[in-house]
Amino acid sequence: MSDVTTFRAPTEEAPIVRRILIGVVVALLAVLVLAPLFVVFAEALSRGVGEAVKSLGSRDALAAIRLTLTVAAFAVPLNAIFGLAAAWAITKFDFRGKAFLITLIDLPFSVSPVVAGLCLVLLLGTNSTLGGLLVANGYPIIFALPGIVLATVFVTFPFIARELIPVMIEQGKAEEEAALTLGASGWRVFRTVTLPNIRWALLYGVLLCNARAMGEFGAVAVVSGKIRGETATMPITIEMMYNEYLSVAAFSLAAVLALLALLTLALKTLLEWRHADALAATGGH
Amino acid sequence: MHIEIDEIAKSFGETTALHPVSLPIPSGALVALLGPSGSGKTTLLRILGGLEFPSSGRVLFDGKDATGLTVQERRAGFVFQSYALFRHMTVFENIAYGLRARPRASRPPNAEITRRVTKLLELIQLPDIGKRFPTQLSGGQRQRVALARALAIEPRMLLLDEPFGALDARVRKELRTGLREIHDATGLTTVFVTHDQEEAMELADLVVVMSMGRIEQIGKPSDIRARPATDFVREFISA
Repeated sequence: MSDVTTFRAPTEEAPIVRRILIGVVVALLAVLVLAPLFVVFAEALSRGVGEAVKSLGSRDALAAIRLTLTVAAFAVPLNAIFGLAAAWAITKFDFRGKAFLITLIDLPFSVSPVVAGLCLVLLLGTNSTLGGLLVANGYPIIFALPGIVLATVFVTFPFIARELIPVMIEQGKAEEEAALTLGASGWRVFRTVTLPNIRWALLYGVLLCNARAMGEFGAVAVVSGKIRGETATMPITIEMMYNEYLSVAAFSLAAVLALLALLTLALKTLLEWRHADALAATGGH
Repeated sequence: MHIEIDEIAKSFGETTALHPVSLPIPSGALVALLGPSGSGKTTLLRILGGLEFPSSGRVLFDGKDATGLTVQERRAGFVFQSYALFRHMTVFENIAYGLRARPRASRPPNAEITRRVTKLLELIQLPDIGKRFPTQLSGGQRQRVALARALAIEPRMLLLDEPFGALDARVRKELRTGLREIHDATGLTTVFVTHDQEEAMELADLVVVMSMGRIEQIGKPSDIRARPATDFVREFISA
């Protein structure tokens, strides 16, 4: 743009406004996101790499890492299936109570995770009818892996469905109908038309869901009983270590958790970069 | 194939899209369903293709009841209003889709699929675009690819929903001729939906004028022009 231009497009802000807006966003991100992340790593490595690695090798830390990965490995595929089913039902069919269903999907966003955890305890704990029956038959839910998975599934339920619904609404049913008229079976249509069209939204939802599943604290804190080395996930173990002034151990484990999240983001960026063409064609993220 | 629409009616909940309508479509004819939006013409086309089921009435293909046939069993070549090309597939794969979707026993070998797709690309006069994606095509090219994709399944009839709706005037004229030529070459019974009376009159052997879910008049373009059956028809074709 040359200096003599005095006109500017109606949707274009004055340079000063632009600079202020960008400045505010960058400053906020630096203070709220980058600085804490830096501090976590700095604190973890404050007594050298050796000390940090040693603390990660402890029984409790290893158990926490294993448990968190196990929970995510159950919760994410479950939510991928639930999310797909919900998005499919909402976007492809018309039925009574659809608006209510959409509200229900959003519920985990608005309910405090702690409340969700308490509900699960009331419903499935030893003192409840259902929970008592399950415990008596050797299937404890609360204070055990199934409870932690259920709590995580509840909290992360909206992520995948919420990613898929707008994309599926925008794409409509025309391509699926076209495939049907060409003789494809319902399953084939899903595999060759629906799934490829939503794969980016699905992937993005899965990554977000995974990051959140690994980081969930509140609901899991209630249902897990925080048994060290058994039902304590990474976030819970971090909190316990921190409360016991084991700051190197706490921050080393926190750094691993942050790294897992960063890895998720890096994976997403890499995929977006490698498949830029396909992405443009399907209009995904 | 001869198509007989026998007292077909369709309602969606409280709204009636089609009052009972009957219409014989002679084998090999090129028929236009002409009417304003909301006249039920697209609903009727979708019922023929098996994408909607009628609330009452029957559809007969060559005298046999086809009302209960699934969309796959109908083998209708359907061209959608916005073409509905598979956006993540190349033009070649779009056209090959119907052949690849066949059950293993009747699926042609790959070499045969390639041969047929190449032939169809020549038929629509776009022999070199097989490797492109739908987003890289113009509107007119997309429409022709959609037509080739529909023809690939060796359909028993050709159904087109506003096939020229999204195109500019010059391309429309060109593609009209294209459709006429393809129809004459294949001899397929063809039904297309349009709200453009000029398009219907110029292209079709038989024009079906519809309004408010009813058929107002069925006739050759010249007959409809000379003797409009109702006030609605007179007004609509003079627009």
